Amino acid sequence: MNPVMIILGLIALVIIYLWSLYNGLITNRLRVKEAWSGIDVQLKRRVDLIPNLVETVKGYAKHEKGIFENVTKARSALLTAQNPQAMGKANKDLTSALKTLFAVAENYPDLKASENFKDLQRQLEDTEDKIAYARQFYNTNVLGYNTKIKIFPNVLIAQNFGFKEEEFFEAEEEEKKKVEVKF
Amino acid sequence: MNIYQQINANRQKTWLIMAFFIAFISLVAYVFGQAQESGFSYLGIALIISGLLTLGSYYFGDQVILKISNARSAKRKKDFNFFTVTENLCIGVGLPMPKLYVIDDSAPNAFATGRDPDHAVVCATSGLLNKLDRAELEGVIAHELSHIKNYDIRLMAIVAVLVGMIAYLADIFNRSLWWRGRERKEKEGQGFLIFIGVVLAILSPLIAQLIQLAISRKREFLADASAALLTRNPYALADALEKISKDKEVLEAANNATAHLYIINPFKGKEFGAWFAHLFNTHPPVEERIKILRSL
Repeated sequence: MNPVMIILGLIALVIIYLWSLYNGLITNRLRVKEAWSGIDVQLKRRVDLIPNLVETVKGYAKHEKGIFENVTKARSALLTAQNPQAMGKANKDLTSALKTLFAVAENYPDLKASENFKDLQRQLEDTEDKIAYARQFYNTNVLGYNTKIKIFPNVLIAQNFGFKEEEFFEAEEEEKKKVEVKF
Repeated sequence: MNIYQQINANRQKTWLIMAFFIAFISLVAYVFGQAQESGFSYLGIALIISGLLTLGSYYFGDQVILKISNARSAKRKKDFNFFTVTENLCIGVGLPMPKLYVIDDSAPNAFATGRDPDHAVVCATSGLLNKLDRAELEGVIAHELSHIKNYDIRLMAIVAVLVGMIAYLADIFNRSLWWRGRERKEKEGQGFLIFIGVVLAILSPLIAQLIQLAISRKREFLADASAALLTRNPYALADALEKISKDKEVLEAANNATAHLYIINPFKGKEFGAWFAHLFNTHPPVEERIKILRSL
């Protein structure tokens, strides 16, 4: 074997390495996107449940106008939010608006007893769980991807091919805690 | 130990046991082969027989288990918590939604089966669904999904092939001794090898079973740890395990063939403290599992 062959072999190895690294990074980035669409689906689901809920509560508690306005406002803010950070914030606002709504609902026994209301409440709670899990899945993927583009020697390739860090979808601590109602 | 170390340690121990297992099989086959002067041909025959049998159970096992356990499929409306909790956890780990079944039995318990995440089944008793709250149920389902995600069902199938191999090896060896002609001349030292072969033929199926049980116990710890990582709530799973193990009712749908599948050994009151009794358990002691979960 002559030196030229060895050098050619080495170059081929380097090219194969770069190629598989690049493909790996692309796969990881697509996974992050896919995980993000998972959150998106659940946020949409949550947004879709709100008008129904507002209508139901209105039927029993017409006078709580301010609360309905808050909920509707938070809902449309979530609908128009574009990036993870804005969506995270809008989602948090919606959570606190809904919290007041459910607190007020406590004052209307008829509403509380309504099957429709109970069902909506369960659906919403479940959707919140789903958002939390979708967020966890998304953040795990972001962590994997961000780690991959930052470690050596990947960082050299990632920078040259324009792989950028992805944003985490932040969890709000208060959202995770259960609301305790005291009498 | 933090949760990542716990998961890594569990994984390493499982591979260590597997490596030991394969070394053990090779040794047994070697001794038999030497004693019989027929080399490694034994290993091939045993592998084929036990491989075919296990392949059958690998592809159709889940249906058979559901049939003998008398399970009905779960409905979103009727089993709202069971259904949605599983949905949520699947979102969390990125697994496809498994098929869900319910066994109508008031003893709380659950199991997962199926050969890979695309053909997975999670089954819970109605007692489990009624007696646990949503967070506890989440812990139990997360444990079952971890079995699916970690390919435990596949691993245990491979282990079953190995255990089966040992059993057939021993069997073939015993039979061949019976048919051994007198006319063959014995070589120097072969008598001793035959003696060792007989001892191994008696002991090795037992040892293989013990290794299988050890792997099963390791996988339970691993599933507990993964579940805690997924739900970020090890206490709920600990509470659930406590509730299930303290429950007095006996699961009628479980028998010896399906016992190892359940989250908690369905035969209660059989767990006595002696160390060798521990060796024969498919599951680690519940108290130990609860203690580890609460320390996370």
